[in-house]
Amino acid sequence: MTKPLRARLPKDAAAIALGAEATADALIDAATKAEIALTLTRTGSRGLFWLEPLLEVETKSGWTAYGPVDAAQAAGVLDAACSGKPHPLALGPIEDHPFFKRQTRLTFARCGTIDPTSLQDYAQSGGLKGLKRAIDIGPAAVLDEVTRSGLRGRGGAGFPTGIKWRGAAEAKGDRKYVACNADEGDSGTYADRMLMEGDPFLLIEGMIVAGVAIGSDVGFVYIRSEYPHAIAAMETAIEAARAEGLLGRKVMGSQYAFDIEIRVGAGSYVCGEETALLESLEGKRGIVRAKPPLPVHSGLFGRPTIVNNVLSFAAVPTILERGAAFYADFGSAKSRGTMPIQLAGDIRHGGLFEAGFGPTLGELVNEIGGGSSSGRPIRAVQVGGPLGAYFPPALFDTPFEYEAFAAKGGLIGHGGIVVFNDTVNLADQARFAMEFCAIESCGKCTPCRIGAVRGMEVVDRIRGTRDRDLQIALLRDLCDIMRSGSLCALGGFVPYPVLSALDHFPEDFAR
Amino acid sequence: MPSSPRTAVGFEAWNETAARAIAARFAKMPGGLIPALHAMQSAFGFVPQPSIAILADAFNLSRAEVHGVAHFYHDFRHDGPPGRRVLKLCRAEACQAVGSGALADMVRRRLKVNWGETGVDGEWTLEQTFCLGLCACGPAAMLDGRPLARLDEEKLAALLDGAR
Repeated sequence: MTKPLRARLPKDAAAIALGAEATADALIDAATKAEIALTLTRTGSRGLFWLEPLLEVETKSGWTAYGPVDAAQAAGVLDAACSGKPHPLALGPIEDHPFFKRQTRLTFARCGTIDPTSLQDYAQSGGLKGLKRAIDIGPAAVLDEVTRSGLRGRGGAGFPTGIKWRGAAEAKGDRKYVACNADEGDSGTYADRMLMEGDPFLLIEGMIVAGVAIGSDVGFVYIRSEYPHAIAAMETAIEAARAEGLLGRKVMGSQYAFDIEIRVGAGSYVCGEETALLESLEGKRGIVRAKPPLPVHSGLFGRPTIVNNVLSFAAVPTILERGAAFYADFGSAKSRGTMPIQLAGDIRHGGLFEAGFGPTLGELVNEIGGGSSSGRPIRAVQVGGPLGAYFPPALFDTPFEYEAFAAKGGLIGHGGIVVFNDTVNLADQARFAMEFCAIESCGKCTPCRIGAVRGMEVVDRIRGTRDRDLQIALLRDLCDIMRSGSLCALGGFVPYPVLSALDHFPEDFAR
Repeated sequence: MPSSPRTAVGFEAWNETAARAIAARFAKMPGGLIPALHAMQSAFGFVPQPSIAILADAFNLSRAEVHGVAHFYHDFRHDGPPGRRVLKLCRAEACQAVGSGALADMVRRRLKVNWGETGVDGEWTLEQTFCLGLCACGPAAMLDGRPLARLDEEKLAALLDGAR
């Protein structure tokens, strides 16, 4: 007698890297042998990476999780799931897991629960309601809703999304563009990747809403080449959306037309900067443009263009579906809504933690993240990618929000937190920040192009010379010039990691 | 693992007709030069020098402009197709925090190549990458397009020795 069993296993790139494909094969094998009619849905990840591959199985009392399930454990887990016997890898319902329970999943509510290739799954799990409402209420009301939600650009700059959209809506142009920045180059961040792999229709829906709002009928998603799985997932989703009338001349049968094209990056970090991204979309070198003109007035191919991060677009369907007030109710002060925070580096519970702004850095690292995975003391965390500051544990009381981090000489960027233990040398990290800037500089402005190279040299001299004080003064002076004289955030923000390392960890520069 | 499309056997030898067909395919696409360069590289394993003039012709650009684009982006190779196996090791901060520095030293020593180089026997190409988005389970790498996580020296050595 065959028993039916429904199960979910991620095909997220990180889950694959941790053995999910072998686990899937072993599960199918074991199910055949045990005469179980297994329906295995490959989903995105729930974002608890220390538990990947994470298997979820449907039981009489709901979905229950097991993890990490490697190929050798698959048969045993399957047997336990069918018989209801206890198993050492059993975790219970994932929603009740302490890491999950403290979260507010709005953007990532669906990720890990549905088949990301199925538009039907997406619609059945509450998708497309935001877009339906956007079509009903029209552009002016959509702009109003997004503005009132308080949503700020999730890529790092934190610019109010509603104001950006209004600028493009009011700009004159024979054609307007919606550009999605999926060039998630910051180390310690992977939320864009997870979302594109796990819930790509949410991004598509958000981009269509943007098209309705600003009067655009074409969108581009610029995805970095380092994300082949995300590219494939987005391609599949866009094809399905076209086939089922979500994209095309009449979006969901309305008067709005919209289509989306994917463009693949080519290994340039600076192309995550919005004007360099536009140059790259135009097929040119990713050289930063001087502003003004702003992209909302003259962007892609000289037309009014909004450039938004994946997470900004992905927040929009929720705002439209549930209203601006619902979204703005989460968060703190001027940081409204939820932020998908990404815990990375030497951390025990590395993963995606979506919550309203406001928990302190210490809560995120020690309570939620469980401290270091190596067991060594934590010495520093870098928040906001390669251009973010290094904070010592003394600053762990800083709340995770835009203004609070700025006040402490840091930035939250795209929400990545990288934990370093006591083996780190911050002078090495400062030098690396300069080296990375030198490798990735587009070369347009002198402070960044030359300054990064000089910066590496000065850090080396600080560590090897007798006139350290003079060299340190020189490094501070150089950082001042880079910060105030660079065109974009690459040269302009590299002083964050360098100076924070120098300020908080001066002893490392004497070694 | 089956051999991936990145292995040298999967690439065509240079031929102008194929290159012209690729250029023509993307010439009308707005901003099509980078997709065209990707297509050149996936056909030939790199962007051969003669393809620059062919692209310039098709896109109505100067050869200098096409050269500038092809050399701006780290992805594009110029000196020949990669080795049979391509290892991309992440060198960004989240992987540094869990020991990727030691792996970087070890892999260069064992393969006797530096970043961006292919060994003399044509077997391995080693590339550095700055973030694969696997930051919660580093050190991470990509081997022939397959993501790898939580690497250590032992695992990496086994992959390098036992590959194939």
